[in-house]
Amino acid sequence: MITLTLKQQPVVPLEAENLSPDVLAPLNRDAIRALPVHHGKHPCRLDEFFDVDGEASDELHIRGDTAKVKWIGRNMTRGKIAIQGDAGMHLGAYMKGGVIEVQGNASDWVGAEMSGGLIRIAGNAGGQVGAAYRGSMAGMKEGTILIGGSAGLEVGMRMKRGTIAIAGPVRDFAGLQMKGGTIFLLQGAEIRTGAWMIRGTIVSLKPLHLLPTFQYACTYQPTFLRLYTRYLRSLDFPIPDAIQGGAYRRFTGDASVPGKGEVLVWQPT
Amino acid sequence: MLRITGGKVYDPAHGIDGVVQDVCIADGKIVADAAGGRTLDAAGMIVFPGGVDIHTHVAGAALNFARGLTPENQRAAAPFLHTKDLRMGLGGPTPTTFATGYLYAGMGYTTVMEAAVPILSAKHTHEELRDTPIVDKACLVLMANNEIVMDLLEAGELERAKQVVAWLIWAAKVYGVKAVNPGGVAAWKWGQDAKQLISPIAGYSTLTPAKIIGGLAGIIDDLGLPHPMHLHCNNLGAPGNVSTTLDTMKALEGRRAHLAHLQFHAYGGDDWHTMRSEAVQLANYFNTQKNLTADAGAILFGNAVTITADGPWQHLLYQLTGRKWGNIDVENETGCGIVPYTYKGSNLVNAVQWAVGLELLLLIDDPWRIFLTTDHPNGACFWRYPEIIHLLMNAEYRRECIKKLPPKVLKRIVLPDLQREYSLAEIAIITSAGPARAMSMPQKGHLGVGADADLSIYNQNPDGAMMFRYPRYVIKGGEIVVEEGELRKTVEGREYVVHPRCDDKIEDYLRPLFQQVYTMSFDNYPVELERVHGLQLHDCLPRG
Repeated sequence: MITLTLKQQPVVPLEAENLSPDVLAPLNRDAIRALPVHHGKHPCRLDEFFDVDGEASDELHIRGDTAKVKWIGRNMTRGKIAIQGDAGMHLGAYMKGGVIEVQGNASDWVGAEMSGGLIRIAGNAGGQVGAAYRGSMAGMKEGTILIGGSAGLEVGMRMKRGTIAIAGPVRDFAGLQMKGGTIFLLQGAEIRTGAWMIRGTIVSLKPLHLLPTFQYACTYQPTFLRLYTRYLRSLDFPIPDAIQGGAYRRFTGDASVPGKGEVLVWQPT
Repeated sequence: MLRITGGKVYDPAHGIDGVVQDVCIADGKIVADAAGGRTLDAAGMIVFPGGVDIHTHVAGAALNFARGLTPENQRAAAPFLHTKDLRMGLGGPTPTTFATGYLYAGMGYTTVMEAAVPILSAKHTHEELRDTPIVDKACLVLMANNEIVMDLLEAGELERAKQVVAWLIWAAKVYGVKAVNPGGVAAWKWGQDAKQLISPIAGYSTLTPAKIIGGLAGIIDDLGLPHPMHLHCNNLGAPGNVSTTLDTMKALEGRRAHLAHLQFHAYGGDDWHTMRSEAVQLANYFNTQKNLTADAGAILFGNAVTITADGPWQHLLYQLTGRKWGNIDVENETGCGIVPYTYKGSNLVNAVQWAVGLELLLLIDDPWRIFLTTDHPNGACFWRYPEIIHLLMNAEYRRECIKKLPPKVLKRIVLPDLQREYSLAEIAIITSAGPARAMSMPQKGHLGVGADADLSIYNQNPDGAMMFRYPRYVIKGGEIVVEEGELRKTVEGREYVVHPRCDDKIEDYLRPLFQQVYTMSFDNYPVELERVHGLQLHDCLPRG
């Protein structure tokens, strides 16, 4: 196990894309300490900001208030990162495999353009969870993001595949221009959910204020959701027992694109 | 002083085809003999004149718009990190200015022609060219949709049109004239296009694309510009457009012209489902028209960004792709459209396009009249030229690539039947000697005494792509910029500009017109001479 403990709070965000098991695992302690990070535009050594303990492991523990440390787990393909406090922007961006667990909150762009792996955040997340960076055709392409608290704008923007499950409330434009995959919302979302969605599924356990370009189709009990909720439960995501009863109202849209996406809104019995 | 010894020299302009001989350099020029100084041992290597790109888009407002429109490409691009000698930049489909110079030089190219400059944004283009190091540069100014010129052509005032064109060339500080979709971009401002050469253009009563083509070609010959009219024909990219291209060649009636990116103008069929190659028909006619040169505009599969003044075509391409679209209106002069595009081998239309580019290069029998380009960044990025060279030099490799195409495409192309393989001397012609001659640059594209000492030296390798991708040495103006395959030194490039003679009184005609129709004042319009970095004035030889 490698443990990094923040010893000095950066004044401006610290660009730390080297904080990934792929980079750290093959290095000895001195080499880890010497890894480059950028404090603003200034290149620095990792040990100017972190105490480094341990070596030769693909399990990385990060302690201290790292809300200003960006790009943790960027491009990682294996291993595990456990973050005790908060995480800065772009956590797990371009991630291809492995696990990231955050006990605090995370900022914007969690798992942006990821293509595999699991990100679990106990607290709240910012906007653009699993989204496409500006200009890109597709957001997350595979993998799972679980958020225990709330999330911000544009959750799953242009996502193509994979799962995002959010236990708390979500702000505007969840599933914006979504191309596939699943967004699971336990506490619903604010306005314009699924705007411009082409394909994919948004499931909400709370009523949604939908755009007029979504059309009601039917009320039913989709079989796949039983499988899906069992999978999320196996990951300790707090799916309420009550959803075993009730049915889902299915809406299709966004007709303005036109798209073949679906929004499933749960109705208790 | 520099002596290159032991290398096989390819200098097609002087009929030297792989002869082992010394090349001597002094004061930036090729000389007969040089005593003292450094000697480069080029044994086992081949020596080429530095590459000349006759048609590329590397600087200016449109390219900058494209860079901004595609942040996803910039993120994925190979970075150039700042070093003692190099400025930082990004590669990718639309490289940044400094990276453009490094990438061209790193591939052995030392002269490039920026093929589409509106006068209104020419200042920006010259500023960016100043920041494009190593390579020498020249620009072509967009003229075939300039409303002032078109009004004069419609009124039959050819003499005044000639004066205006001459004034505009000097105002933009360029080397030649480009005609893009003559009349079509002006028609686009009425929501239309100009696909028929003999139909009047929207907004005009009698002016047709054929009259613009004939009028401009005549004016350019009268002014004695070194490079003939550089023509992007009407109806680019559309199935069945070969008839338009053939009509255009006929409309030129024997006048000189350079046909740009011919690949995009050589299609048969009635729609996207029946589109096929008409390279045979086009090449056969082109072979008989000795007044013409052309560049290939080949495509390669992968990501590209299409940038052209051809606004109506770009709108269609945007509708076909459903991706991003940039549209720029350049007042009275031209337009511009930008659409990111991905060429896919599995796509029937793209597969036909890929084959047509190679077919034209193989079917046009005179390598002095067809040149290697991809219409960068439209068909592929310029740094992929070596891939095309490998395809031209190796018929076996071509057959392997054809096997990967959808089988349906085989009925629509002739590429599988073509056995021709380019020799190294022919590669030297289509990448250097030919374009230099078509641009009338006597100091470029050869290794004779008095030529600019621009040359590239490659390790001989049966894999053409490997050989031409990584030159061992590149020498620009006598300075070794690439050494042992590494970019070690950067030098400033020059810019070639012509100054055609015109009657000063033409300003009395233009000034009031400007106040009426332009948003810019007449006095601020021309590019100041100081803005052109490394200025080299080139002579015009007026007819008669």
